[in-house]
Amino acid sequence: MSLDAILPHVARPARYTDHEWNRVRRGPDEWDGSGVRFLFAYPDAYEVGMSNLGLQILYDVLNREPGVLAERCYTPWTDMEAKMREAGLPLFSLESQRPAREFDILGFSLQFELNYTNVLNMLDVAGLPLHSEERDERWPLVIAGGTCALNAEPLTDFIDLFVLGEADESLLDLVRAYRRGEPREAFLARAAQIDGVYVPRFYRVEHDADGRVAAVSPFRPDVPRRPRRRLIGQLGFPPVRPVVPFVEAVHDRAMIDLMRGCTRGCRFCQAGVVYRPTRERPLDEVLQAADELLANTGYDELALVSLSSSDYSCIEPLVNELTARYPRLRVSLPSLRIDSFSVELAEAVEKQRRSSLTFAPEAGSERLRRVINKNVTEDDLLRTAEAVFSHGWRAIKLYFMIGLPGERDEDVEAIVRLVREVQKVGRRYGRREVSATISTFVPKAHTPFQWVGQEADVRSKQAYLRDNLRRTRLGWGDPFASRLEAVLARGDRRLGAVIEGAWRRGARFDAWSEHLLPLAWEQAFAEAGLDMAFYANRTREPDEVLPWDHINTGITKRFLWKEYQRSLAAESTPDCRWGDCTACGMAALHPACAQRRAT
Amino acid sequence: MTQRLQIHFARGEEIKYVAHLDLMRAWERALRRAGIPMAYTQGFSPHPRYATAAPLPVGVTSEAEAMDLWLEEPMTPPDFVRRVAEQLPDGLTLQGAAEAPESWPPLAARLREAEYTVAARGPDPAGRVAQVLAAASLPWREERGGKLRMHDLRPLVEELRATETGPDEARVTMRLRAGPAGTGRPQEIVAALGLEALAIHRTRLVFAPPSS
Repeated sequence: MSLDAILPHVARPARYTDHEWNRVRRGPDEWDGSGVRFLFAYPDAYEVGMSNLGLQILYDVLNREPGVLAERCYTPWTDMEAKMREAGLPLFSLESQRPAREFDILGFSLQFELNYTNVLNMLDVAGLPLHSEERDERWPLVIAGGTCALNAEPLTDFIDLFVLGEADESLLDLVRAYRRGEPREAFLARAAQIDGVYVPRFYRVEHDADGRVAAVSPFRPDVPRRPRRRLIGQLGFPPVRPVVPFVEAVHDRAMIDLMRGCTRGCRFCQAGVVYRPTRERPLDEVLQAADELLANTGYDELALVSLSSSDYSCIEPLVNELTARYPRLRVSLPSLRIDSFSVELAEAVEKQRRSSLTFAPEAGSERLRRVINKNVTEDDLLRTAEAVFSHGWRAIKLYFMIGLPGERDEDVEAIVRLVREVQKVGRRYGRREVSATISTFVPKAHTPFQWVGQEADVRSKQAYLRDNLRRTRLGWGDPFASRLEAVLARGDRRLGAVIEGAWRRGARFDAWSEHLLPLAWEQAFAEAGLDMAFYANRTREPDEVLPWDHINTGITKRFLWKEYQRSLAAESTPDCRWGDCTACGMAALHPACAQRRAT
Repeated sequence: MTQRLQIHFARGEEIKYVAHLDLMRAWERALRRAGIPMAYTQGFSPHPRYATAAPLPVGVTSEAEAMDLWLEEPMTPPDFVRRVAEQLPDGLTLQGAAEAPESWPPLAARLREAEYTVAARGPDPAGRVAQVLAAASLPWREERGGKLRMHDLRPLVEELRATETGPDEARVTMRLRAGPAGTGRPQEIVAALGLEALAIHRTRLVFAPPSS
């Protein structure tokens, strides 16, 4: 049975048919002539994967490398998967429509823990053996990168190697090493010596009788004791010929990363630790990239992406220049900080359409915001609301977390009060909407809260907020999804069996609440003899070996512990961009930090 | 002064699964890449002003699509075609452009009929076609939103023919009513014939004269 017989019967079939503008398609002779054929595999739906800037950057980097061919595939939606299995059609690449197993390297992008079952599912639909140890050089090498790769112990059964940190350079090192055509084991030993590469099979993990990790040590003398996160010296020019989808992506717009990293130091935020330090792209370069990007794509919206776009030092001149050059362009700033959002910026952005802006106070009270080091004041927020509404925006969305460490009832009550205060500002400007999204805090590896147990039951807090904000539109995270995320985000290697067990029971697309199967997961935990609470809710001992301790992000465990202690005392830590160096450890990895540390 | 251009285009195999709204967005992007000075609608969220004659169903190819497009500054049609052609993705072909007076009614209002060629498979196609042509009605049951509805497809069929017939396959050509008075869908006609459509291609749109 052919693809053409299947596609009329699945939802949004154009997700599987390629021919998007700017996609790189090579002739059959180039396929044969390419030394390394690389397939990017995104473990979520096409619409999500196409919104990912990192993937567009790496697609561009690899396709410009001589002798390398890079294509893409995304997780087939459940209807498509069923049809493919029925027809015996394996996972294929979009560009040349070739089976995944004909590629040399399969590269997964790990952005979210709840995509893990999709990784297994894609390997299986591709016809590959699931386990790394079952695949020799006759099978594609299976690698993974992205934020979650920094604690991907739960996936070590399935992935041959992980790319830690920025992959722009390490991927090139990898494909060059691969070209030697060595047997798998020899190649992996070579790859393990590349800066930013972690080959889990060369590390032995020992557990205590109670299940905690006792030690992680390398088997071989020639691999680093602590593989480290790769950091690129200089940001490459942004990709200005990104693939433009036909099927509308979640974020269907041109994107430029303004800067990498954020040193605000929010204690819950993994990205704020693992992308350090901040590196800004020069204003001229952003403008030049914007010109080329818009001319090459035809997008009518440009997102200026970073972890905190309003902290970019030239943000107002940049936005003003862009809107002057392109009067119809919608400029969006996806991550705005309340305390660096100004009236001037409000005037500059989105001259065309002022629908809604999102801000994240994260916590209701100033005390709790000091605990998590999100140091914005209520005045900041109300002033921002004033600026936003008085400049014509119709709606503000607020983002909060509950279950934060040290949270008391009065902190939850403060969420209600804060939402009402912002609504009061809105009422002065007519019909303005204030909505709130309230998610459950998930402690993450490599953050000051990596020792904290997740609150087991936040239902009474949710009920309180629901009862007291009856007339406010509220969004909630799925409680089981938050719990599962907490388990996988701080998991160890034993969870491989659980992920596999859940997948065998039908789990996939766990990030989509309509597909999440709590029972499948609970049965898989029971079968493996493991307890979700051990991973999600247990407070770790100060001297405990954490499953990700052997991954060197450049940030020291001592710094994270110090930050955790400061949080318990509700002490804030200023941003090192403007204040003193906080001695986070980056000086060992980044020359500019070392220089500053020395002075 | 805005300028109204009427353009004709084809959609090939490569992008036949792209849904109508997605195809329109692809057009907008191609026109922006080509630097075409599109006119925009007024209002809270202005968007480029264009209007197609008839949406093309997912999975259907066509050599007969038509669209009205408004420009902020006038361009000559050859200049328009030259600039746009090189910005179109695989499978989208611009066949021509012509100026159209503002006074002409929208294409969709003038549309009367559409012609299709279908590669079909199933038992006795020639006999089935003859049967339908001789019958006064062609009942069709359709489920939409959980509700079962009955239609008569026969009045929508102006012409129906089976050529290149074999015992269980044929090329079926049809001229169906289209536009404000009702629109025949080729997939439904083929299904009502008891056949399976392997490929559907739109060959022509028939319009009433602009003056009427």
